[in-house]
Amino acid sequence: MLKLTVRRLFYSLITLLIIAVVVFVAVELLPGDTATAYLGREATPQRLASLRAELGLDRPAIERFARWFAGALRGDFGMSLARDKPVVDLIGVRLRNSLILGLSAALIGIPLALGLGIIAGLTRDRAPDLWISTAALIAMTLPEFVTATFLILVFSISLQLFPAVTVVPANAPIMDLLPNLVLPIVTLTLIMVAHILRMVRTSVIDVMTSDYVQMAILSGVPYRRVVLRHALPNALLPAISITALTIGWLLGGLVIIEVVFNFPGLGTLLLDAIHTRDIPLVQGIALATAGVYVVVNLGADVLTLMLNPRLRTLRTA
Amino acid sequence: MVAPASDKPAPIRRRSRLSETWLYLRQSKSGMLGLTILVFHILIALSSPLIVPFDPTDIDASLKNQSPSGEHLFGTDQFGRDVFTRVLLGGRIALVITLTATVIAVTWGGTLGILLGFLGGRIDEAVMRVVDALLAAPYILFLLLIVSSLGSSNRVLIFTLGFFYGIAVVRVARAATLDFVARDFITAARARGERRMTIVLRELLPNVMDILLVEFAMRWSWMLLAFSSLSFLGFGVSPPTPDWGLMIAESRKALQFAPWTAIFPMIALGTLVIGINLAADAVAKALGLDRTQGAPV
Repeated sequence: MLKLTVRRLFYSLITLLIIAVVVFVAVELLPGDTATAYLGREATPQRLASLRAELGLDRPAIERFARWFAGALRGDFGMSLARDKPVVDLIGVRLRNSLILGLSAALIGIPLALGLGIIAGLTRDRAPDLWISTAALIAMTLPEFVTATFLILVFSISLQLFPAVTVVPANAPIMDLLPNLVLPIVTLTLIMVAHILRMVRTSVIDVMTSDYVQMAILSGVPYRRVVLRHALPNALLPAISITALTIGWLLGGLVIIEVVFNFPGLGTLLLDAIHTRDIPLVQGIALATAGVYVVVNLGADVLTLMLNPRLRTLRTA
Repeated sequence: MVAPASDKPAPIRRRSRLSETWLYLRQSKSGMLGLTILVFHILIALSSPLIVPFDPTDIDASLKNQSPSGEHLFGTDQFGRDVFTRVLLGGRIALVITLTATVIAVTWGGTLGILLGFLGGRIDEAVMRVVDALLAAPYILFLLLIVSSLGSSNRVLIFTLGFFYGIAVVRVARAATLDFVARDFITAARARGERRMTIVLRELLPNVMDILLVEFAMRWSWMLLAFSSLSFLGFGVSPPTPDWGLMIAESRKALQFAPWTAIFPMIALGTLVIGINLAADAVAKALGLDRTQGAPV
């Protein structure tokens, strides 16, 4: 158990490292570097050279990467160019806002998705399933900005219930953010529920058609008991890790939702950073997002290990 | 001499694989609905330059934000352009770019996936680690990084989308190949002493092809999402070219007094992605692949 957990932890670190390399290389391939971006039109060869020396940009790429990654692991992402502040300070409050958004959606969405997914799975191809599955397909396939714009049209413009865009500053207390959070949370929840419930549904169908469940039903075990005791524990296990895998995708969707609602989260900051060519900030956000993803997946892995005794002894290379 | 007709079993008419799939497909109502929507969208995309009533970039300040009327079926936008014209034309670039990019993605992802599954070993393990890690990062991040630095020319968009959306295909194609590699017909082919190339092309590829076809439809719909999202964020098609994502983005300033500038492109984009997904689901079922575990990437 412990050994397996340590191994998963090791894999997570490797994942983080690979993402860091990809982000670093992608930035490296861009025309121009931090120095040209910072100096802009005032760039002369001498000033560029001195700034590069000052920032350590004249060192080989590998050395710069090592230094940046080591710093990032210690929580030091360097200085933002356009804003003249440490990247960590900028990310901190935005990450808080995005996490509030994401966690609220998860708290509402995951139980809802489990419930609906189980209902759909148990009533496969009959009325409740068809309704739920169709709704899920629509919620899942529509682009986030279409869903969000639709919600704004209905709830902000027609009914005037919630603000269409956020106007409070990023570091506002949570209570001030709350009315602004409703529509973004609803958008994110809709998409999240759609994704997770489809997986839960598949998983439930798989288990319900399996031999041991059929056997239990045929031997006259009450249906409720078969579902609750025999089927569900096994059906929900794979759902945990698959759910965690969708988090990366949801984080991408979060960027767009934040932009639509002008919500002061990590996504809007990323877009600002890209527009102002603030390379250290972009790298920091990328790594922070990847970090969230890796932590969520690690959590899901460990949870699955704890809940499924078979995996604990399984020797997989 | 002539045997009575009843003795002779009617010759079994072997249907081709294609017509058999079509037979199954026709039974699925949602699948036919999806296909109809899809064909409708493609026909419009092909014919729209000939049938649109106005010039899509014609600016007329006196016609700003007019509500739908007989002359302007979908109203006009903040620059006085005809929304109906722009909606009809707005899917063309998206369709061409995403289709090309999907072909690229499925080709390279499928090839690499089959090879990895067939060869296995250290290379397989190393490549899959990288693939998993890349799948972990939100795509939008890489897309934004690359498009913002290299510009959003069609070529950049096609290759960027084609590359990143192929990563998930590698995983799917590899898993499908692994499923077949251990089966008897591959063992038989190996025992016959077939060349590896022949085994991959003649034995594996036809079997994995079904899965790749479904994968193609799925990637295509996700790619349309990504493309229109990029347009929406201002990193895709540049104005004044009509494009649904861009139109929805532009409409946001006028949402209060000209909601039709948002609603019609939203319907167009929405029906297209839903149509693709309905069709993809039905095709998967007709091919005997239950695609309920749709990968959300």
